[in-house]
Amino acid sequence: MREAEKSMAEPQSKPDPDPKTEATVTGLDLFGYVGIESVLDQMRRKAVKTGFEFNIMVVGQSGLGKSTLVNTLFKSKVSRKSCSPSFEEGISKTVNLQSVSHVIEEKGVKMKLTVIDTPGFGDQINNLNCWEPIMKYINEQYEKYLKEEININRKRKIPDTRVHCCIYFVPPTGHCLRPLDLEFMKRLGKVVSVVPVIAKSDTLTLDERQRFKERIRQDLWTNGIKVYPQKEYDEDTEDRILNDKIREKIPFAVVGTDKEHQVNGKNVLGRKTKWGVIEVENVAHCEFANLRDLLIRSHLQDLKDVTHNIHYETYRVRRLNESNLNGIGLSTPLASVNGTAVRKESESNL
Amino acid sequence: MDKEYVGFATLPSQVHRKSVKRGFDFTLMVAGESGLGKSTLVDSLFLTDLYSERKILNAEERISQTLEITRNAVEIEERGVKVKLTIVDTPGFGDAVDNADCWTPIARYINEQFEQYFRDESGLNRKNIQDNRVHCLLYFISPCGHGLRPIDVEFLKAVHDKVNIVPVIAKSDTLTPREVKNLKQRVRDEIEEFGITIYQFPDCDSDEDEEFKQQDTALKDSFPFAVIGSNTVIRENVERPMRGRVYPWGVVEVDNPSHCDFVKLRNMLIQTHMQDLKDVTQEVHYENYRAQCIQNLSRSGAKERASRNKISRQSITELSLVPLADTEKLIREKDEELRRMQEMLQKMQQQMQQSQGEQSDTL
Repeated sequence: MREAEKSMAEPQSKPDPDPKTEATVTGLDLFGYVGIESVLDQMRRKAVKTGFEFNIMVVGQSGLGKSTLVNTLFKSKVSRKSCSPSFEEGISKTVNLQSVSHVIEEKGVKMKLTVIDTPGFGDQINNLNCWEPIMKYINEQYEKYLKEEININRKRKIPDTRVHCCIYFVPPTGHCLRPLDLEFMKRLGKVVSVVPVIAKSDTLTLDERQRFKERIRQDLWTNGIKVYPQKEYDEDTEDRILNDKIREKIPFAVVGTDKEHQVNGKNVLGRKTKWGVIEVENVAHCEFANLRDLLIRSHLQDLKDVTHNIHYETYRVRRLNESNLNGIGLSTPLASVNGTAVRKESESNL
Repeated sequence: MDKEYVGFATLPSQVHRKSVKRGFDFTLMVAGESGLGKSTLVDSLFLTDLYSERKILNAEERISQTLEITRNAVEIEERGVKVKLTIVDTPGFGDAVDNADCWTPIARYINEQFEQYFRDESGLNRKNIQDNRVHCLLYFISPCGHGLRPIDVEFLKAVHDKVNIVPVIAKSDTLTPREVKNLKQRVRDEIEEFGITIYQFPDCDSDEDEEFKQQDTALKDSFPFAVIGSNTVIRENVERPMRGRVYPWGVVEVDNPSHCDFVKLRNMLIQTHMQDLKDVTQEVHYENYRAQCIQNLSRSGAKERASRNKISRQSITELSLVPLADTEKLIREKDEELRRMQEMLQKMQQQMQQSQGEQSDTL
């Protein structure tokens, strides 16, 4: 008994306690119910009241099923195609970004979902620098947030238009990543969380799919491209185990549709062909369910956190350093030595 | 009556026997972005394994790869008929980030074959001319897309006057039947919109039988063909061994006409239209090239090329030569001159006669 109590009372501090720092933190055993755990409830209620924001960007050549997939993910017509009344399926000459926002609600939880589409990406004959408008957009959103954050009278809840997740659609060639894919993911992997998916994967048999994925992972590794979930940001072993499982399966091979068909008496979302029905939510057919679980059910908050704590901070540090060097633009009270030192430390720890 | 029977009705079988002995050769070029199943389709069409040992490049190698043209020849024999089939492949087409003018090597290759044939034909020893001209270009259109892409349009416009183009929709097992119909319609509309000339099936003569005519209309309606390729034979869970692709949700049969148009393409390419493709290449594309070439040789400037009338299929049947606009003008001018000179001569003769008459009068 006494042994156990002693081990409980052991200090959980660093081995060499610095006399100048504050008192070491000890773990205590509670002998009654205090009610600390209800803080979770309070947080939940508050979050439900304020609602969530999620901004997702879809990038890929035209015709890969981006808009259909977004509609399928959120089970409603949220994509650009469903929203613009006179939609023409022509190929635009430049990459222009179009964002569409909706508020969707489920069980009392409201989410403001913004889908940013990138028509024209990769469609031209010469696709050099077609990723630049996208990089510009992402950085502009960071800039907007930064400006708001360093304001003297800033809003309580800063409107968050930063891109939390970028889904990149890889065409199902079955061979390997194309130069365009590599260029894009190399650049964007540094500023936003990129989730690559294999589009229209009902064209690959299971063997071909496995081989294709292995080649893609090999290509990503050879080129030093980090896609979400990045290994370096795993916080503890539990996370790492979970994320490793996901990392073994990326890129997810997805199929999207918003049509329903009857299979074995049930109504399922699927694509009906002469040789069978491809059930979108059946994990034996495609990995759409895995993608949905990753993006929405398990890692949505994590995506937002990674964007806020890592990508945004990287941007912020860069901007503040630039403004210090140039002496222009951002006049910020946080430009004092202490402030930047703390932020720099947190970045180097990542 | 036997007396009136001359016997030249046996000519077709004589020709047949000779050609069987001589054998045929056919050059097929395949073009399209990587990963559209070109190599698999070629192997499926001709039941060869040209590409079974192929090494697929990884992404690093692909960045530095430029378009190259490869040739693979294979001899196939069926029931005593030999065909020397040459497949010209174009790996690297459309793979780079910047694909401007990536079709120039292909257009140049086609022209080079014409040039070589032209030279051989104009040479002294014409016994064994190697015909390497491209008889048919199978162009693969991606099924992920809403029709033709800018690169497709530019490429087709660069080669449509040099070679017979047969567009196909690749990997069509990714499309539902309705999507196939929509895509075919879109491709047809865009081909017309951009003025691309593709290989036209010849109209069948009115004395062909009904079944042939029906087949012909069915062929024309299902254009461009939506194909799937596979050489793996499936033996489990099917009534008989067949070629296809096994998915968790079903089995796609390559030879099943309700699954894809592979059978139609194969029949068209090999069974019914192979000779016609060769004929059109010889009579239309090669003649265009030849006329252009000769014109370039005979006059240094090339400014009249645009005004030259191109041969179309119709004019062949009218057995008319190409009216080169400028030579016609020259001929007309010369005619005018001749006429004028003739008029002058006539006038002079009249004058002489009159003066002679006067002289004789005075005398």
